[in-house]
Amino acid sequence: MTENPFKDIPGTTLFDAQQSRLGFHLNQFCMSLMTAANREAFKADERAYLDQWKMSEVQKQAVLDRDWNGMIALGGNIYFTAKIAATDGLSFRQIAATMSGVTEDEYAEMMLNGGRSVEGVRSKKDLR
Amino acid sequence: MARITAGVATSHVPAIGAALDNGKAAEPYWAPVFAGYEASKAWIAAERPDVVILVYNDHASAFSLELIPTFAIGCADEFAPADEGWGPRPVPMVQGHPELAWHLAERLILDEFDMTIVNKMDVDHGLTVPLSLMFGQPDAWPCKVIPLAVNVVQYPPPTGNRCFNLGKAIRRAVESYPEDLKVVVFGTGGMSHQLQGPRAGLINRVFDNAFLDRLVDDPAGQAQVPHIDYVREAGSEGIELVMWLIMRGALDDKVRVAHRFYHVPASNTAVGHLVLENAGG
Repeated sequence: MTENPFKDIPGTTLFDAQQSRLGFHLNQFCMSLMTAANREAFKADERAYLDQWKMSEVQKQAVLDRDWNGMIALGGNIYFTAKIAATDGLSFRQIAATMSGVTEDEYAEMMLNGGRSVEGVRSKKDLR
Repeated sequence: MARITAGVATSHVPAIGAALDNGKAAEPYWAPVFAGYEASKAWIAAERPDVVILVYNDHASAFSLELIPTFAIGCADEFAPADEGWGPRPVPMVQGHPELAWHLAERLILDEFDMTIVNKMDVDHGLTVPLSLMFGQPDAWPCKVIPLAVNVVQYPPPTGNRCFNLGKAIRRAVESYPEDLKVVVFGTGGMSHQLQGPRAGLINRVFDNAFLDRLVDDPAGQAQVPHIDYVREAGSEGIELVMWLIMRGALDDKVRVAHRFYHVPASNTAVGHLVLENAGG
């Protein structure tokens, strides 16, 4: 079997079949936050709300910890986990900053300066 | 007969919609973005299409992981703006064109493009932000809109080549519709951006501008570019750019660039925009 070329891209998780199967219930939970009543129920008791979903314990803990990269690694898709961010009143930019390990101000400054350069982050070979 | 006269490509960044809806369009951060669309607003006001076929992707609004259609065509009378977690955008209902949409669905399926037919669907920022950029803030959208949703969230999206060929099939289908209608096709999404992981915030100005050049002059060549190149060079969400090839496939081989615009940043994303008029072939 040939190596999956997408796995060679640093800091990037492709939402493929494997991730989709891993994250189905996590992403279903995220979809439930599309209604105001569910957002309120989640905020009132996060643990109890999460226990209604067939998620793994590590997935639930990643949600409770707002471990955005952890959720992606556990099969979350960014457009779904963004619904948790919206429930928290966070913007895409705020969680993008967190996922890339900088403050929101530092991230905003990077974007104003033209964004993250692709130089050095095309391939894991570049990182060595 | 109905005919496609032109194509529009544009990013569909949600923050652009929020800036407009919240009265921030004149702020220094946003003013250059909206300025880049002034010429296009004048252009489309003069062009006066009867129908826009709007190629976009849903962002876990109408489609969850329960159902993932690769190509879905909206055949309903109207489409409501979706609640994406902070209430629906305060924009007009989107009026469909069910007769033409059903005609397209029939012709495309018989032309071996197996469309999913959608009779009830809310439309998210992917569809409404391009309308706002092109038409501003009217009380009602000035034309009918046929939503054409493409899966670019679950890997694999359709190939660039499949998208390009779907565009050609859309053109054949439009031209087989008897009523005289002027149709403009929008291709939306992109340009370079990555919203997830440690590489979030990726922007690739060189890739984006080469894509803009090639979409105009060598779309058949661009259609051969594999997914890995988009993800590596333009970010995990930059893959949305394959949708622009649907718009381009629906146009003549030769096009005239009526307007071109590129700007970084809008929130996490590079904004790219083209207005293309048919020029023969």
